[in-house]
Amino acid sequence: MSTHAVVTTPQLTFFESLENTMAKTYDAGVKEYRETYWMPDYTPKETDILACFKVTPQDGVPREEVAAAVAAESSTGTWTTVWTDLLTDLDYYKGRAYAIEDVPGDDTCFYAFVAYPIDLFEEGSVVNVMTSLVGNVFGFKALRALRLEDIRFPIAYVMTCNGPPQGIQMERDILNKYGRPLLGCTIKPKLGLSAKNYGRACYEGLRGGLDFTKDDENVNSQPFMRWRARFDFVMEAIQKAEAETGERKGHYLNVTAPTSDEMMKRAEYAKEIGAPIIMHDYITGGWSANTQLAQWCQDNGMLLHIHRAMHAVLDRNPHHGIHFRVLTKILRLSGGDHLHSGTVVGKLEGDRDATLGWIDTMRDSYIKEDRSRGLFFDQDWGAMPGVFPVASGGIHVWHMPALVSIFGDDSVLQFGGGTLGHPWGNAAGAAANRVAVEACVEARNMGRELEKEGKEILTAAAKHSPELAAAMETWKEIKFEFDTVDKLDVSHK
Amino acid sequence: MQDYQSSLSDPSSRKFETFSYLPPFTPEQTRAQIEYIVSKGWNPGIEHTEPENAGGHYWYMWKLPMFGETDVDAILKEVEACHAAHPKNHVRLLGFDNFSQSAGAAMVIYRGDTV
Repeated sequence: MSTHAVVTTPQLTFFESLENTMAKTYDAGVKEYRETYWMPDYTPKETDILACFKVTPQDGVPREEVAAAVAAESSTGTWTTVWTDLLTDLDYYKGRAYAIEDVPGDDTCFYAFVAYPIDLFEEGSVVNVMTSLVGNVFGFKALRALRLEDIRFPIAYVMTCNGPPQGIQMERDILNKYGRPLLGCTIKPKLGLSAKNYGRACYEGLRGGLDFTKDDENVNSQPFMRWRARFDFVMEAIQKAEAETGERKGHYLNVTAPTSDEMMKRAEYAKEIGAPIIMHDYITGGWSANTQLAQWCQDNGMLLHIHRAMHAVLDRNPHHGIHFRVLTKILRLSGGDHLHSGTVVGKLEGDRDATLGWIDTMRDSYIKEDRSRGLFFDQDWGAMPGVFPVASGGIHVWHMPALVSIFGDDSVLQFGGGTLGHPWGNAAGAAANRVAVEACVEARNMGRELEKEGKEILTAAAKHSPELAAAMETWKEIKFEFDTVDKLDVSHK
Repeated sequence: MQDYQSSLSDPSSRKFETFSYLPPFTPEQTRAQIEYIVSKGWNPGIEHTEPENAGGHYWYMWKLPMFGETDVDAILKEVEACHAAHPKNHVRLLGFDNFSQSAGAAMVIYRGDTV
């Protein structure tokens, strides 16, 4: 049945070559996937898109057959042979399962590595790549669960994507902010404020020393605060805070909308009133809309902040879904200048080594395979600009030394409750965080160990800042010490 | 509870980006930051401006960036020389990272009279 075919290579003997160039015949019925899609001798090409899946098979199904099924169902295969298969060169277009590995410490599943020829995918379309790789295959009956752990995008594919509108270096130049993490704050309560009261909360935070304030993800254009009113009041807040402090400021105006026409309308208006940065939720809003918006931002000199609502639905289960490091790569290709990354230290999920792995994936030009950080492939971004990781959620001044140490300068540290919950208000909360971040950067530059000496560093800085002293008093006792649900597989050992 | 002291009419509300929320550096603190710039392999550069023109991207360069200069005293001397020549101006020190084409460090060492 397995009359394989067609690729003529110099290594073949004359007779093999003759056999392989002979026409195939149509033979209806169901074939075993491994006959066609399991190729343990295949050496992936530099141009192949590579994927690592964590596969949990149904009982009694051989690993090779399941791996081959994943390769088939995420590329050219369907459940039965069809005559139109023979009108094309399926051996060229098919995905190839080329390796299987044990998952450390977990016998219920294994890693399957699949190589896809680059021609399977439309240029510059993460939508198309993901429709194949996480499409029908995830509902496949032979699998109990399936997780896409990592993708290697070849530089040839990276070059077809537009990427971040501005990137880290351009953002620093636009905003004139160097040598430190940037500071943000999500305005709370999340929902229910009028536009004028909302603008007040922004103004207070910005005049106190923040670089950015932020719309919460579910702030779109509700009856209590329509988008246009919000944009106008917030812009006045930005302009006044800039005049008052002499520093450049921004507010992530959320343009996520029910349709992409509406999204673009809001983005155009943000530009018209002089806002430097807008915001989009790239998973709920959709990758097609996101890619469109990112391209527009690049063409119009706008910065783009990306929120990741719904990511935990996809990435939290260790056996099923899509790992966040994949979602990180999707965003860098689709386009965004900031992306929420987890904090390591706050109220939300995130293992430290794994988080550092995807933070580097956002920012660096070349990232080496490193299983201890959950990175399954080398990833070359070439000249594609980097994305600022955003640490946000349940953090306050006492976390600052660890945050500066973990994230370094190229990051946005975002304190919502940790700014607005200051007993003297937003401006004082902002000033406390600004003094704390600058004190930590100064100390780090002097060679001091932030995570060890954090308390002394903050205490010394608070002598010149009553706002910081009050913040340290307010949040002294708060800690988040839940264990992470999704640990790196190596850590189970 | 304290009122937050900042207003359009009070020039002391104006800030100068990184380290401007800390008290002005002592000479020892400045020296430590210069050592950091040198240890990173960045090229030190000095710029200054009249406080009323501080908002733009381009301040006046003081000579050229000190490419390859690793002598902390020599760098400090140039910062002081710039300040002596323009005592009313903001004087900032940068560490240019030619790989990222960005400034790895930027700080106002002498604060002029804000407006």
